[in-house]
Amino acid sequence: MHVATFRQQLAKEPAIAAEGSGVQKTALAVKLQAENLNFYYGKFQALHGISLSIVTYKITAFIGPSGCGKSTFLRTMNRMNETVRNTRVEGKLLLDGQDLREMDVTFVRRRVGMVFQKSNPFPKTIFDNVAYGLRVNGVRSRPVIEAAVERSLRRAALWDEVKDKLRKPASALSGGQQQRLCIARALAVEPEVLLLDEPCSALDPIATLKIEELLFQIKDITTIVIVTHNMQQAARLADYTGFFLMGKLIEFDDTRKIFQNPSKKETEDYVTGRFG
Amino acid sequence: MDLRVSRRRKIVNVVMLSLSGVCTALVMGVLFFILGYLFWHGAKSLNWNFLTQVPKPSGQTGGGVANAIAGSAKVLLLATCIGVPIGFLAGVYLAEYSGKTFAFTIRYVVDLLNGVPSIVIGIVAYALVVRPMGHYSALAGGVALGIMMIPIAVRTTEEFLRSVPNSMREGAMALGATRARTIFTVVAPAAISGLISGMMLNLARVAGETAPLLFTALGNMFWSRGWLQPIATLPVTIYNYAIAPEEDLHQQAWAAGFVLLFLVLGINVTARMIIARGSASARR
Repeated sequence: MHVATFRQQLAKEPAIAAEGSGVQKTALAVKLQAENLNFYYGKFQALHGISLSIVTYKITAFIGPSGCGKSTFLRTMNRMNETVRNTRVEGKLLLDGQDLREMDVTFVRRRVGMVFQKSNPFPKTIFDNVAYGLRVNGVRSRPVIEAAVERSLRRAALWDEVKDKLRKPASALSGGQQQRLCIARALAVEPEVLLLDEPCSALDPIATLKIEELLFQIKDITTIVIVTHNMQQAARLADYTGFFLMGKLIEFDDTRKIFQNPSKKETEDYVTGRFG
Repeated sequence: MDLRVSRRRKIVNVVMLSLSGVCTALVMGVLFFILGYLFWHGAKSLNWNFLTQVPKPSGQTGGGVANAIAGSAKVLLLATCIGVPIGFLAGVYLAEYSGKTFAFTIRYVVDLLNGVPSIVIGIVAYALVVRPMGHYSALAGGVALGIMMIPIAVRTTEEFLRSVPNSMREGAMALGATRARTIFTVVAPAAISGLISGMMLNLARVAGETAPLLFTALGNMFWSRGWLQPIATLPVTIYNYAIAPEEDLHQQAWAAGFVLLFLVLGINVTARMIIARGSASARR
């Protein structure tokens, strides 16, 4: 899709144009739900009683100043924080109504994929990068892997650029391409939720636009949660936006409401650039 | 007054500069001096026969150290098969699994092991392998050198695995890979050039060890059959020839020293080339 048509679609995107109404009141299917979630790094409490619902096949954005807990919250949703020593979670996290913390952790991470701030391609070929998730999840059939790699690269809008060099090392790609490769890699295992932790913070505007474009493309196959420092990005992309401050979820609502008519003073101050 | 002080400072500066320059030249010179000295004394014996023949019976001149070259290769292969896997896996544990305090303990113990004199390790191999078997063997030499390789293998593995950015581990685990799978399919391959070259430097380090081989591999005037017979190695051959009375054997010892040094330098240079290539591709 070209940039122009992408912008047109953006303009008529119904969720953004819709009247602001509380997320909890809508009848949309809930994919992920947090209930009174606390998180601790050692003795430091990083998250205070977070409760919210992530709606299926929508884009949800988290904004807030550095260190406000938005990335920490994102990383609890695929239990990535467990890899950090001396951390503790309290409260409930439900994936399709089931407690995510009682599931097998590799199963959770297969269902809830993640893309990181800094692109982290493995020191392997482009093909093997995308195939990695399939292989660790037990897919052995060559044709199945090949089909999935092509499908994922197409979805990540990277296929045309790399189809002739699938056997080249991933490190040979540009920064923006590497990040799209990481998205393709995450998509290959067909996650139900895709978490993105400031995926564009190291990219130039053109590469950023490409990523945003592809997120729009994939939101009908996966539920997207994105953490961003860039408020315009949240406004452009997200159906719902949550504002974090000092480990608390200050406000969570339709993106339009958050940016045009927030109910909390702190949110208004932040989105209008009065602090942060 | 001011002028005098500044002249004094200039003189001190010149003296220190030339002193450190001379020492640097000395350091660089030592290697070339050793190479040249070995070549000077061993040149007469250093020919094709020396590399392809076994020693002549005592009293005759000529003959070579082919059996010792092959024997060194055999013992080093055994040592690698013992020291590298054990050291690597322990290094994986140290870098990826152990908590801070336990890691400190492991590192401390490993460093102590590294400081154990090689002759003591030879005695241990003698007690563990030679005594129960009742005779000296290539296996016993391999065990001794293998134990010597462990500490450096552990620390090399730890160092190079730690240098792999954590984002790689997170990326793999976020796709549903287990911790072990992440280490063996992403982290270790990312560090592979460092690991290989580190192990080669480790090998080069033990290739010249003599003491632990004296009463494990012993030595052999002939080709050694299999892994359970006494076997000739370059360092022990050098030692035996050097303390022998014949002038011809002294020359052969010099020549064997040259061959050993050349092989060790070869391993070193190859390892460093692998490191250089690895870091160049990492930058790309």
